[in-house]
Amino acid sequence: MTLFIEQCLNGLQFGLLLFLLAAGLTLVFGIMDLVNLAHGSLYMIGAYFAATFAAWTGSFVLGAVLALVATLLVGMVVEVVAMRRLYGRDHIDHVLATFGLILFFDESVRLIWGPAGLSLPLPPWLSQPVQILPGVFYSGYRLAIIVVTLLVAGFLYVLVMRTRIGMLIRAGASNREMVGALGVNIKLLYTLVFGLGAALAGFAGLMQAPILTVQIGMGENIVILAFVITVIGGVGSIRGALVAAIFVGFIDTLGRAFFPDLLRMILSKEAAATAAPALSSMLIYLLMAIVLVVKPEGLFSAGQK
Amino acid sequence: MTAQLTPRNIAIFVLLAALVLLPLYTGLSGNRFMLTLFTRIVILALAAVSLNLMLGYGGMMSFGHAAYLGIGGYAVGILAHEGIASGFVQWPAALAASALFALVIGALSLRTRGVYFIMITFAFAQMAYYICAGIARYGGDDGLTIYKRSEFVAPVNLSNKVQFYYICLALLLAAIYLVWRLVNSRFGMVIQGARSNDVRMRAIGFPTYRYKLVCFVVAGTLCGLSGALLANHNDFVSPSIMYWTRSGDLIIMVVLGGMGTLFGPVFGAVALLVFEELLPTLIKLLGTPMFGEQAARASEYWQIVMGPLLLLVVLFARGGIDGLLRKLSKERA
Amino acid sequence: MSEPLLTVDHLGKRFGGIVATDDLSLSVAPGELHAVIGPNGAGKTTLIAQLSGQLTPDTGRIHFAGSDITTLPMYRRSALGLARSFQITSLFLDLSVLDNVALAVQAHAGHSFRFWRDARSEPELRDPARAALTRAGLRDRAELPASLLSHGEHRQLELAMALAGSPRMLLLDEPMAGLGPEESARMVEMLRALKGELTILLVEHDMEAVFALADRITVLVYGSAIASGNPAEIRANAAVREAYLGEAEATHV
Repeated sequence: MTLFIEQCLNGLQFGLLLFLLAAGLTLVFGIMDLVNLAHGSLYMIGAYFAATFAAWTGSFVLGAVLALVATLLVGMVVEVVAMRRLYGRDHIDHVLATFGLILFFDESVRLIWGPAGLSLPLPPWLSQPVQILPGVFYSGYRLAIIVVTLLVAGFLYVLVMRTRIGMLIRAGASNREMVGALGVNIKLLYTLVFGLGAALAGFAGLMQAPILTVQIGMGENIVILAFVITVIGGVGSIRGALVAAIFVGFIDTLGRAFFPDLLRMILSKEAAATAAPALSSMLIYLLMAIVLVVKPEGLFSAGQK
Repeated sequence: MTAQLTPRNIAIFVLLAALVLLPLYTGLSGNRFMLTLFTRIVILALAAVSLNLMLGYGGMMSFGHAAYLGIGGYAVGILAHEGIASGFVQWPAALAASALFALVIGALSLRTRGVYFIMITFAFAQMAYYICAGIARYGGDDGLTIYKRSEFVAPVNLSNKVQFYYICLALLLAAIYLVWRLVNSRFGMVIQGARSNDVRMRAIGFPTYRYKLVCFVVAGTLCGLSGALLANHNDFVSPSIMYWTRSGDLIIMVVLGGMGTLFGPVFGAVALLVFEELLPTLIKLLGTPMFGEQAARASEYWQIVMGPLLLLVVLFARGGIDGLLRKLSKERA
Repeated sequence: MSEPLLTVDHLGKRFGGIVATDDLSLSVAPGELHAVIGPNGAGKTTLIAQLSGQLTPDTGRIHFAGSDITTLPMYRRSALGLARSFQITSLFLDLSVLDNVALAVQAHAGHSFRFWRDARSEPELRDPARAALTRAGLRDRAELPASLLSHGEHRQLELAMALAGSPRMLLLDEPMAGLGPEESARMVEMLRALKGELTILLVEHDMEAVFALADRITVLVYGSAIASGNPAEIRANAAVREAYLGEAEATHV
């Protein structure tokens, strides 16, 4: 039972983290109609920056803040240098060009930080387990991630639903021409939205850094999950991204934790041992395929295409 | 059609002549590595030709085309593992399995459009990847060694490298011929119409879904053939043959060469794979006189050049290699 | 009067809270040119979309040539002889002009699961396509890519494609939209030539053209028909003058 509660919390934490990635992706997707495979590179860069700045400053929090700002800047530079030229083009161009960016970022990181991974140690005050229920302890850091991501989600909600920028973002996600007609500085809006998405991705990366090793390619697998979430939730829908992210987080975490036992009931021990990790990785793609077969535009599609 | 001596036609002729004469060169010079490299190029060019049929002519942006490489490869690998070495069983099985898989995936995926289509084809390919990684009997993640290449009747012998190369080349040319007939037939007109404007096609009376599905299946089957060849070439098959980056490589070949052109994918495959081989050496060669040791180190990071190069091709050379050749041909005319 | 070729009974379509088509009924006799007019947002394009099968109505029935086509998909309606042109030019821009029309011919030449013969050298496809292009005045443009034609020529190509399928009835969605006066006049002449030979439902903003061409006119306001009759009756109709023509004339003058 304790294990189950812990895994559920892990699922929630992972789901919320995925939401940070998917939110940026779905905004960029919905507003600029841009498929950005390199979103995961920003996640990776956020983690590398955090590890580096935390080592320099000796403070976890200060390092995180600096990393966040740095990723935001990198995102805006990438937008101005490359992405801006891709708007309005075929998706295939986006896939190719951002695929090229992945290669570039991966190799740049290898060149700057070397092929070995980095680690980002937690400060003592975050690494204590916390008693959440009588007799049930849970990682304090993971709990902190849950709280912080919920705060960020709340901030995003207020930003998108209550502010002028948010109104433009929403309008842009459902009808691109209209925003242009309003006489808004579209170029600046796009740069800001892309930067915001990059900062969210970097934030996810730096928060995940103490749990996993910071390494090259860390962004690729997780950005695929973020894409899956974006598509399941419906392109351009932040609400859809949140629902789908939590769903995917749960399925992925619980699948990995409990699927092997289930499989052992039907298969031999060795067969189950090989099959379980692979098949539990597959669950999410199965979910996406089912959603798209039933609802070809995702669960909460924001705009008419 | 009368062939004119445009730079484009000359380039196609030179490319084909080079591919045909290559074993002569490698035989004389003893450069066996080059024969291996080009066998691989020809096989992947076949896969790119198949992707081009649906992507370039049909406008269906599949991001999971490598799945059929895997299915064709595993059909050969599994049958070989089970002691059935006859190519007359293995190859039809590879074709049938990829056709069936393409039929199911296509039937479901073609209900979606745009980004959703990209992602659902991608999802199915990932599923295929994980299924293959999960079957312990056939090596799981580690893959499956094939101890004996597909057996046909004498004098056909796939273990003979030159012969195998020519078989691959013949199949590639046959595939290009097939695509040429297809795209110019009534069927091909429908496929191209659907790429251009699907709503309009349906409005004037074409049930485009079924035509696109057939195109999807033909492309998948051809790619399955390429997978069967690749498994034979490597004497090995593993899930990595259908990892998503491989699907990305195939797209790069098609776009680099020129989408929706007959020989574009071949140009693209040659360019990409030769470039991948040469770039590290090139960086070392050009860089060492200027930067010394540093350049030698930098050559390991050749992808740092490859990435932006890809970006530049997308931004400034939309038509790919074929587009450039065509431009040259027009300027001459 | 003979049996109507197209009958629309109590058609209704809503988008969320907006009523686009409101209990609309009309009928078109064979050989008639029936015009549908109405101010912006009156639901004209939505009506055409439902007639051609792009949208499915929420309520009501549509009959064409004796059969119920309310829920048939677009291609089946097209096969029955109901052809549509688009308000926003919707062509195969990367194909040649002749290929565009040949595709329209091919759509009515049985299934297209023919994989080997070169379609561009089949006289069964090319000859009718050239004939349709000639009728639409585009014979000289046949080999150009469709993207190179002018706006007016795109409209002519639209018409050629609609004609190529030898339809029984044409649904024309604002064929004069965006045309200069000269091009408009040419289009009116072409439609006049087709009239009588084909049944036509014409949705159009250009009042001059509508009153010059139409046998009957239906006036839509907020998705429902407020009047239907021959041009003289519509001119005389008080409700129409008030709801629509008055306003239109006021802005025109």
